[in-house]
Amino acid sequence: MSKTKDVLVSPIFTNNPIALQILGVCSALAVTSNMATALVMTLAVIAVTAFSNFFVSLIRNHIPGNIRIIVQMTIIASLVIVVDQILKAFAYEISKQLSVFVGLIITNCIVMGRAEAFAMKNPPVQSFMDGIGNGLGYGVVLLFVGFFRELFGSGSLFGVEILPLVNNGGWYQGNGLMLLPPSAFFLIGIFIWIIRTWKPDQVEKPDFEMAPNTKKGAV
Amino acid sequence: MSSNNDTMGKTLLVTILLCVICSVVVSGAAVILKPKQVANKEVDRKSNILAAAGITDANKSVDELFEQITTRYVELDSGKFVEPPAGYDEGKAAKDAELGESLPRKADIAGIKYQAKIMPVYLVEGADGQVERVILPVHGKGLWSTLYGFLALEGDLNTVVGLGFYSHAETPGLGGEVDNPDWKALWPGKKVYGEDTTDPKIGLIKGSVDASTSNAEYKVDGLSGATLTANGVTNLVQFWMGENGYAPFLNNLRAGEA
Repeated sequence: MSKTKDVLVSPIFTNNPIALQILGVCSALAVTSNMATALVMTLAVIAVTAFSNFFVSLIRNHIPGNIRIIVQMTIIASLVIVVDQILKAFAYEISKQLSVFVGLIITNCIVMGRAEAFAMKNPPVQSFMDGIGNGLGYGVVLLFVGFFRELFGSGSLFGVEILPLVNNGGWYQGNGLMLLPPSAFFLIGIFIWIIRTWKPDQVEKPDFEMAPNTKKGAV
Repeated sequence: MSSNNDTMGKTLLVTILLCVICSVVVSGAAVILKPKQVANKEVDRKSNILAAAGITDANKSVDELFEQITTRYVELDSGKFVEPPAGYDEGKAAKDAELGESLPRKADIAGIKYQAKIMPVYLVEGADGQVERVILPVHGKGLWSTLYGFLALEGDLNTVVGLGFYSHAETPGLGGEVDNPDWKALWPGKKVYGEDTTDPKIGLIKGSVDASTSNAEYKVDGLSGATLTANGVTNLVQFWMGENGYAPFLNNLRAGEA
């Protein structure tokens, strides 16, 4: 696999920012109660990580080391505001639902993490791909969580009714927990479990191990 | 990264260039997209008025539906229809020395501090000019934010058709439940006034309203975990339906003298 393709694909499962690096979990809890917001949030994060990586990488040889974090933040913050403005203009309903969380992409550790860890050391096109890849990795988790939360919480997907709810005269009693943010913890946990069963090399070594019982007969 | 980037001159240069470029991009986006965003807000406002009045039709656009609604302006003190100054905006008027007034603390139960003297009201009129529904803009302080919404009344000017908020920043899942369709569905059919049509009785209670609740027609379920938002909603409805709000206008309208 060429390096460019590798940086694009590997963050999706092998090096997933949420599942392996455990970054950006906060917003993954907040915006996943339905698929539509999860999808728009994914697109917004992809746009921001890709372009912030691109621009940071473009000027990486001119960024003074002692203000580099501020420079990255300025670029990221500007991009987030632009994305927020575009959403308000073209997807008003969804931007109302996402409310403050679009603005909070600024504080999403994935964006900053990739700018500092990857874009500062790699050429622009590769950084751009890395940004898209990491945005996708974030998006995969968001959509996974959103899929189950919307399906079992509201009985629908993208607002289209799949399981008719009891209050609309159907048979499915919506699971209230699924609509609340904590349910995303369980789903992300399950997601990480699945990935680590599939790719066992992601399992960390335990920090402590139980010492073997050496004294025979001691209770 | 070469080390000569860390000189004072280079640091300043990079900072200044970056700031200039970023501010141009940000303000450019804000200015170019502004008209579209304003249009979105307007459609949103209209659809909220329609939603509060219970007027929905999937086949018609918001603007088409809005044609059956007449926008009038009311001077709150006298309760009479008036012609507002051109380009009147009640939000700006509230803090204006001429068009608005600052509320004494005692009267200001909704926590809004300033109130415009003239407010828009939206009327749905029947074929014979009879008022079928009145939609009144209301706002007031919740826990974190000011809630802006509309309260719609039937032609008897006492029965609620609906209450909906189009802008607030209450806690999602707690106070934010004011947007929950299930909760909003509790409002239609409730009564605002008892005998005295200047003193609104409607309000939220703790817990839920059931068959055993006395005066249930004036009471709506509270929002669990959001007592302060619920108090805010009660206060803002009481305020706007009271004598500092629309009560004089509604009394005039009832007497046919507005």
